[in-house]
Amino acid sequence: MKIESYVLLFVGFFFGLVGLVYWLWSHEDAGSVMLLGTFLLGSVPGFYYLWWSRRMRPRPSDDPDATLEDGAGVVGAFPGSSIWPFVLGLGATFVALAFVFGAWTLGVGLFLAVAALVGVVYESRRGGLV
Amino acid sequence: MTLLADRPAVVEEGSDHEHGAGPSGFLKWVTSTDHKVIGKNYTVTAVIFFLLAGAMAMLIRAQLANPDSTLLSQHTYNEMFTMHGSLMIYLFVGPVAFGGLANYIVPLQIGAPDMAFPRLNALSYWLYLGGGSLMMLGFLTTGSAADFGWVAYAPLSNSINTPGAGPDLWIVALILTGFSAIFTGVNLVTTIYYLRAPGMTMFRMPIFTWNMLVTGILILIAFPVFTSALVLLWCDRHLGAHIFEVSGGGVPVLWQDLFWFFGHPEVYILALPFFGIVTDVIAVFSRKPIFGYRGMVFATMSIAALSTSVWAHHMFTTGVVLLPFFSLMSYLIAVPTGIKFFNWIGTMWRGSVKFDTPMLFAIGFLVTFLLGGVSGILLASPPVDFATHDTYFVVAHFHSVVMSLVMAAFAGFFFWYPKMTGRMLREGLGKATFWLMLVGANVTFLPQYLLGLKGMPRRIAEYAASDGFTTLNRISSAGSVLLFLSVAIFLVNVVVSWWKPIPAGDNPWDASSLEWATSSPPPHHNFLKIPPIRSQRPVWDYNHPEDRIIEHAKARPGGFVASGGVGTVLLADVNVDGEDTLETRDPDR
Repeated sequence: MKIESYVLLFVGFFFGLVGLVYWLWSHEDAGSVMLLGTFLLGSVPGFYYLWWSRRMRPRPSDDPDATLEDGAGVVGAFPGSSIWPFVLGLGATFVALAFVFGAWTLGVGLFLAVAALVGVVYESRRGGLV
Repeated sequence: MTLLADRPAVVEEGSDHEHGAGPSGFLKWVTSTDHKVIGKNYTVTAVIFFLLAGAMAMLIRAQLANPDSTLLSQHTYNEMFTMHGSLMIYLFVGPVAFGGLANYIVPLQIGAPDMAFPRLNALSYWLYLGGGSLMMLGFLTTGSAADFGWVAYAPLSNSINTPGAGPDLWIVALILTGFSAIFTGVNLVTTIYYLRAPGMTMFRMPIFTWNMLVTGILILIAFPVFTSALVLLWCDRHLGAHIFEVSGGGVPVLWQDLFWFFGHPEVYILALPFFGIVTDVIAVFSRKPIFGYRGMVFATMSIAALSTSVWAHHMFTTGVVLLPFFSLMSYLIAVPTGIKFFNWIGTMWRGSVKFDTPMLFAIGFLVTFLLGGVSGILLASPPVDFATHDTYFVVAHFHSVVMSLVMAAFAGFFFWYPKMTGRMLREGLGKATFWLMLVGANVTFLPQYLLGLKGMPRRIAEYAASDGFTTLNRISSAGSVLLFLSVAIFLVNVVVSWWKPIPAGDNPWDASSLEWATSSPPPHHNFLKIPPIRSQRPVWDYNHPEDRIIEHAKARPGGFVASGGVGTVLLADVNVDGEDTLETRDPDR
């Protein structure tokens, strides 16, 4: 987990430095704010990972000498086929259309989107379709 | 102890219709959450957008082949170059890389059963398809499709200068694809952080996977800015928000700031995946490990970081940007890119290079990208940029770069097509595609450098015979015909491979990363077994026991991972004697 945190901390470090230099040099607002946001995007999860990596045992995927047996067991639950992403995507597209042509597609879109959200949650509670 | 012969017979039925519940045909396409199906969907959809955008490019070149041309009206011409750019950048080069190839290949390369969030992955695809369709819908509206250029600069993009539904469709379409890209970025980063196989440490991942990790982070940096800027633009157009309009106290150049803070990293979101493809292809066809692996990783991260701090080099001529800062940072990008070139050549150096089609495309990428990259270094200098801004010199620069990425994409297609379909593409047709594309790309775009230096502006539908642009434009248009032919031959190649298949086998290129350890196409949840991962080249180490394992030489014997079951992944150890120990768990418990 350490290398993972270093990658993110590199983002935070770099944009902290560049953002500071840029702000002091240019006093320009928009760019400085975006660089500050990028600094946070790297450093917040980066420090969290670093903090966490010191409290956990290295995972088999962090250990160069790990054998495949070390990773034996359940990797995770992966949902099988599901119609709801399609319905949610369709709903989002209809909602987007409403922002161009006016309101009537909004109803259709929201109905599909809410149906999909309910469907996804219900599906998860049952442990997926499979 | 051969990898291919040991596969148990159970596998055959396990591969496609596990639990007998998987839908097929149209329903499979609509409901699948398998990263391989979604990756293929992405690839096919992106290639369709590529063909549409290519057709628009042919119209553009036909228009410009003659002075005072009246083939297209000025208005249609504006639509054509806007939609050509938008389709290519937003809907082809990016999605084919991070949605298509990466989606398919990254979980395979790290030994994962799927992406971390399969349903989110499916949602990404549907948002992408929905967004792409909405953008094309612009052609059917009474006004027109978007015609303000792919960058949609304010104030041209406000409701007075470009009214109508077409531009609005363009905006909402990109909001949808923006969310799609963000979800894919989250998915890629999480997958690479959490689903690597045991022993697959960060510094053993193939460079393609490394680059996709960095691309994923870059997506998370860049796309939210763009997506929110589009929302602001919509508010300007419909609610009179005056964010980008001087009349209400807004700042038009703010749009350029927001757009290019996305737009320049976007260039590298497009480029990094293809750098990764090229790195892996060159290593495989030189039959050597990658030269300077850690240098490559560091170069990728530096390029990504620097690319996010150079956005305003697109805005030198606005007169309100800090020229020395952005010029310096732009020059600095040449350093890690140079390291990459050095390492690519170092990988080939004294290797036994095989010139199969993917390798040819990779070398074509090197040549074309070098031309595009070097002209980019010129443009990083403000005096040169002031002289050439908004001329064909800039057009030639970024088309050289992007065409090199298209070549790298074809290297990826030819390299992984056997893995995705289990069929080989024809070498002869592939080489014809390559040579036509290499010659075509350079004949099309090299004259445009000269046109730019002679002063031909971008985005003009007509020029006069007395301008002296005619000959170079004709050469450029002739080159585009070669590009058209090369893509046509590629499509013939795909059709031929379906009509008369040549079975590919698991590892036709004798490649080294994990995706080549599984069958072609891979079974559901990817791996029935995985060779021990003791270096950056686990499959090579396994297939070539005579070679020294380059990292962590004290390999332990045995060990495979098997996976099965749709709801839950089962892992099994098959030791060298073939004795199985299985751990299973009921998915519902």
